[in-house]
Amino acid sequence: MNSRRAPILIFTYGNPSRGDDALGPAMFDLLGKWQQENCKEDEIELQTDFQLQIEHAMDLEGRKKILFVDASVSCAAPFECQRLQARQDDSFTTHAMSPSSVLAVYKQINHHQPPPAWLLTIRGYEFDLGLDMSEQARDNLRQAYQYILENYCK
Amino acid sequence: MSSTLETAANPQILKRIAIDPLTRVEGHGKVTLLQDDNNNIKQARLHITEFRGFEKFIQGRPYWELPVLVQRLCGICPVSHHLAAAKATDMIVSASELTPTADKIRRLMHFGQTLQSHALHFFHLCSPDLLFGFDDDVRHRNIVGVIEDHPEIARQGVLLRKFGQEIIRITSGKRIHGTGAIPGGVNKSLSKSEVAYLQADVQQVIAWAQDAVQLVKKVFFEHYDYHQAFASIESNMMSLVRPDGAFELYDGGLRARDIRGNSIFDHVDYRQYEEYIRENVKNWSYMKFPFITSLGEEDGWYRVGPLARVNNCDFFGTELAEQERIQFMAIGNGLPVQSTLAFHWARLIELLHCTEAIAEILEDKDLRGKELVNKGELVCCGTGVIEAPRGTLFHHYEINDEGIVEKASLIVSTTNNNQAMNESIRKVSSQYLDGNELSEALLNQVEVAIRAYDPCLSCATHAMGKMPMEISLLDANNELIDRLEKNSSGQINRTL
Repeated sequence: MNSRRAPILIFTYGNPSRGDDALGPAMFDLLGKWQQENCKEDEIELQTDFQLQIEHAMDLEGRKKILFVDASVSCAAPFECQRLQARQDDSFTTHAMSPSSVLAVYKQINHHQPPPAWLLTIRGYEFDLGLDMSEQARDNLRQAYQYILENYCK
Repeated sequence: MSSTLETAANPQILKRIAIDPLTRVEGHGKVTLLQDDNNNIKQARLHITEFRGFEKFIQGRPYWELPVLVQRLCGICPVSHHLAAAKATDMIVSASELTPTADKIRRLMHFGQTLQSHALHFFHLCSPDLLFGFDDDVRHRNIVGVIEDHPEIARQGVLLRKFGQEIIRITSGKRIHGTGAIPGGVNKSLSKSEVAYLQADVQQVIAWAQDAVQLVKKVFFEHYDYHQAFASIESNMMSLVRPDGAFELYDGGLRARDIRGNSIFDHVDYRQYEEYIRENVKNWSYMKFPFITSLGEEDGWYRVGPLARVNNCDFFGTELAEQERIQFMAIGNGLPVQSTLAFHWARLIELLHCTEAIAEILEDKDLRGKELVNKGELVCCGTGVIEAPRGTLFHHYEINDEGIVEKASLIVSTTNNNQAMNESIRKVSSQYLDGNELSEALLNQVEVAIRAYDPCLSCATHAMGKMPMEISLLDANNELIDRLEKNSSGQINRTL
């Protein structure tokens, strides 16, 4: 199922219809436009989903660098970016996994370390079904977008 | 059936223990246990909050958007909502019958969804419980623990999931937010190369599914008495069945049977479901409590999902799954199998059936047909019912002359199992709560009981940064007696 892959994977996740949980998919849309304008499909692959799951470990194969992008209810505004380690955690008790857990699954099924990976969390505030993204979150999104362009897309 | 859950004589004097198995902002799976003065558990309440606002979210939208829109209700089973809404809109456009191509593509999509959902549940969510035992260290009892100790099983789980996702991608057009099912049919058929791509892996997938069924069966029989007794309750069961009584996931009549397997109703046209199912509201829960009208509120609650479906059907239409069903039913000695942990076994029989059914349907040339949509006069309302991975899912819509949704009613699978989950939690809590002291064992057992039902506790959104679990013990005056918190690495701290 894996053909030749772009060396950089940017994986955003969230539900577009739950207020600021849409930060991940909104970043996907912004980066998609940028990618089209700059013809970067061979270098950067963009993916998005509602949640992270075990099969996403396979999407990490063959990459040189991975960036996960998610909304956060507790990170410092406008965003935080941290290097990830493969680490099992308690996310198995839900239907959604943490990025570190996905890296851990990658490590175990491939028997080697996953590619270097980072998690960029963008501060969100309201997450109820049907809400639009808040203005504060939109500001945070814009700043995070610039950060990604400068640090991952050059 | 036990009815003490809601009939404690004086609930205002009961002590409360609140358990908050929560990792995400939406997934408020909070459990409150209420003790009497003798420290017996008299009530159990599972609070799930994410189902708020579904109907409001849908109202005011055009009917043709529904199959796409409703996928955003749930990040776990968007395809189930997609198909239930599509079936309801079929009725709105008077498509009483789909073209063979549309019908088979939708069924294939649904098999793919059920396969990937069940694979996730077994290999990722419940296999740690089953393979390591419920008393295993929680830091080991997770998917990484499974991979370390059973590397092939874990990889098979990942690949089964991926196969199901590929079916969804190909039938719905996209990996997520698919648009495959539309009012009256589908918007694309499959190409020869797409069929061949899926066929390349399907025999391997069937073999893995067979192995998984054997594994869960082995585990069940190794600890037979424990599995039979754990969180075991006696309940009615409801599901769809085919007109000939066969197992059915996509379309059929409603069948309900009582705790002895006697018919309550059978082959009911699901468009009439409101005559057979009612919902009760309780002031402590956002989630409603459905019950079978003829049995009343106290006795009419029921279970849905794999356990109900395998119990209720007369046979499976595929050979390997039917063989497994016969063995499964044998443990009931002529009665329905009521073990809550038998959900896991039933789920894997269904997974095996899905793999066989996928192999069969991929041989069907109708998948590549050109007739995709049937449509007629627009009518005012439509109902769509399917068997989602977690159980029966009801969608009902009423539209105005402009095609705008004025009323939406949904009963999701987890809601159907609401009362049953409370009953199972009460059963295990009665067993594991010792005095006024909360324990890790109690947390684990409550989680295991909830997980057997595979409820959508964490669907739809998932922003990071919340404490995964909190348990508080309060007395009748709301004074805190004890509290435990579990952090994201599984470490438990007493925080009183």
